[in-house]
Amino acid sequence: MGLFSKFIAKIKGTNSFSPADWQELEQELLASDLGPTLTRTLIEQAKKVKSEDAESALSQILTEQLSSRSRDSLVNPNGLTVVMVVGVNGTGKTTSVAKLASTIKSAGSTVLIAAGDTFRAAAVDQLQTWGDRIGIPVVCGKANSDPASVAFDATQEAKRLGVDYLLIDTAGRLHNKNDLMAELEKVKRVVEKTSPVNEVLLVIDATTGQNGLSQATLFTESVTVTGIIVTKLDGSAKGGVALAIEKELDIPIKWVGTGESHTDFARFEPASYIAGLLS
Amino acid sequence: MFESLSSRFTSAFGALRSRGRISNSDIETTCAEIRQALLESDVAVSVVDSFVASISEKSLAALPTLQSGTNQGQVIFEIVNAQLIEILGGSERRVRFAKKAPTVIMLAGLQGAGKTTLAGKLAKFYADQGNTPLLVASDLQRPNAVTQLQVVGDSIGVPVFAPEGGNGVGDPVKVAQAGIEFARAKQYNMVIVDTAGRLGVDEDLMKEAIRIRDAVTPDEILFVVDAMMGQDAVRTAAAFLDGVGFDGVVLTKLDGDARGGAALSIASLTKRPIMFASMGEKLGDFDIFYPDRMASRILGLGDVATLAEQAKKAFDGDTSAKLEAKFASGEDFTLEDFLEQLQAMSKMGSMSKLLSMLPGSGAMKKAIDNFDEGEIVRTTAIVQSMTPTERRDPKVLNGSRRARIALGSGRAVSDVNNLVDRFSAAQKMMKQVRNGGMPAGMPPGMPAMSAPATKGVAQKKKSKSGNPAKRAIEEAQ
Repeated sequence: MGLFSKFIAKIKGTNSFSPADWQELEQELLASDLGPTLTRTLIEQAKKVKSEDAESALSQILTEQLSSRSRDSLVNPNGLTVVMVVGVNGTGKTTSVAKLASTIKSAGSTVLIAAGDTFRAAAVDQLQTWGDRIGIPVVCGKANSDPASVAFDATQEAKRLGVDYLLIDTAGRLHNKNDLMAELEKVKRVVEKTSPVNEVLLVIDATTGQNGLSQATLFTESVTVTGIIVTKLDGSAKGGVALAIEKELDIPIKWVGTGESHTDFARFEPASYIAGLLS
Repeated sequence: MFESLSSRFTSAFGALRSRGRISNSDIETTCAEIRQALLESDVAVSVVDSFVASISEKSLAALPTLQSGTNQGQVIFEIVNAQLIEILGGSERRVRFAKKAPTVIMLAGLQGAGKTTLAGKLAKFYADQGNTPLLVASDLQRPNAVTQLQVVGDSIGVPVFAPEGGNGVGDPVKVAQAGIEFARAKQYNMVIVDTAGRLGVDEDLMKEAIRIRDAVTPDEILFVVDAMMGQDAVRTAAAFLDGVGFDGVVLTKLDGDARGGAALSIASLTKRPIMFASMGEKLGDFDIFYPDRMASRILGLGDVATLAEQAKKAFDGDTSAKLEAKFASGEDFTLEDFLEQLQAMSKMGSMSKLLSMLPGSGAMKKAIDNFDEGEIVRTTAIVQSMTPTERRDPKVLNGSRRARIALGSGRAVSDVNNLVDRFSAAQKMMKQVRNGGMPAGMPPGMPAMSAPATKGVAQKKKSKSGNPAKRAIEEAQ
């Protein structure tokens, strides 16, 4: 990414940064989807940076924008851990569920997946294909059946099988549709009748612009998002909105998806993320 | 869609309009506000800067020529409106049909942009106009994309050509080619080729798209893009333009609260028109993109033209003619007619979407989003629980009949009473209108149904004066 590499090079070399340089930096920050507000904050703070310690000062500034909350997965130490995966249409929820399941499985835990996207045509089949590929059982309901009932059945099944994790995939929904958000709340409520939901992961597409903030706000209002998965980071998008979300809403990014294979999935590393912005 | 952009513009112009005389610094302030609003809406920085520069230049040039007494704010507003329309592509563009059928449309775009759903919507749109589209499943990459297209095709009654199951198996180029052959042999007049989503930077997949393009020589290549996309939209669009190339843009997920800045950027930088807009989960939630209407919407002027068209589409000729005749001959408007109207209204799409097309709707966005769509369903249920006699003559509705209807529709008796009261009031009103010497037929050139249809809406609104969204419709009429 190297958003600040030019800045660092210049300030170290000449100890000066002209108005035109600042304008260029502003454009670059904006072009990374950091948004006008965060861009302004960053530029104001960068103006105070001295040339000697430019790198560490900037790294400090950027680290301050990140959420201070833990990035560890929330788990239930004695028994079933339930994870719900939510997000708007087309961000890669189903793929993320499969990748997360595969990651958990390789760490030696047992997983069950609930195919809660009963709305989109063939979403259940898509998840089942993934399940077969990575060798993880998938509980599905009928097409267009109530997603809450699928989630409930899956929870019962997870308890019966005694697995460590239940991952619930949900249908993509636009966050400004109240009825669909209410449906999502219902899924969570129904599952919680028998087992607490430990983690709610919001999937955000790295190419999303400032709308990502709105998505995170409204999904949190409705189902209390505990972490974010940023997908499609393998494209050209810089996913700056993720930083904006961490700053504005204090929700930690926990995972990143970087490709099409089920192994292209990793924990979010703030240190290397920031190093990437600087170098 | 575009709502917050719209409200920002509205407030910027509100300040401008309230001034009798506009100074150069007023224009600067307005331009700065517009810049901020556009940046927050994900419009690419370079596009924002040239847009704002052009507005500022034109406004400053226009200012000295204005006489005092003219509404100067309005003049500036017109300049912005014209600039917006220009950036959005001028006038709408339709698909170019091939001289020799089939017309081939190829879809390209990023993963998750909504290509497969869009293929279905496009097919339905053209099938409804009497064309015979064929869907070709050339997305063999994403797990079960082929199945998804088949389900979509089934639900709209459009055949799907899918010789390969997908999931990474099969050659998409061969499928596309065979699809065209098949369409030619079976005389379909349109072929819509769904392709695998790809990242702009993925050269292999881009090459595959190019091979599909060369194999099927499409009449139109449509670039499908998510309206929520950020600054990367420009880079992605450029990569697709350089790679497979495209003739037009389709915006998806416009029903979200995205400000759709990507649309402005792509249209402005690639000089390719936005041809279609997709806005909802149902396969009918799709329309041609009209730059002038969209500009009106961004500027908070509403989109009455689209509203009128949708009404025309939903209220089919037969129902309209029947009702018109009824109205003219002095027959009573019955609950049966009311039911037909309710059903036609639900065909027009969600109430909140209709409301959002009204002028000034930006200001009550929240209320519109929270509109209780269930109300129409519940009212329909009550009417459907009545016998034909009751529907024709609500006077027979005594206590026990009302109790039965309430039970049948799952509502309280008070809901039934409410509906009947409102209905009688509306009926009375219609009689008065008629006796007041209103011309028997509708004037020519007007959608025949519009008068009775709005009556139906108005009547429903009456009961809910507490709901601002509904009140707005009432006031708008």
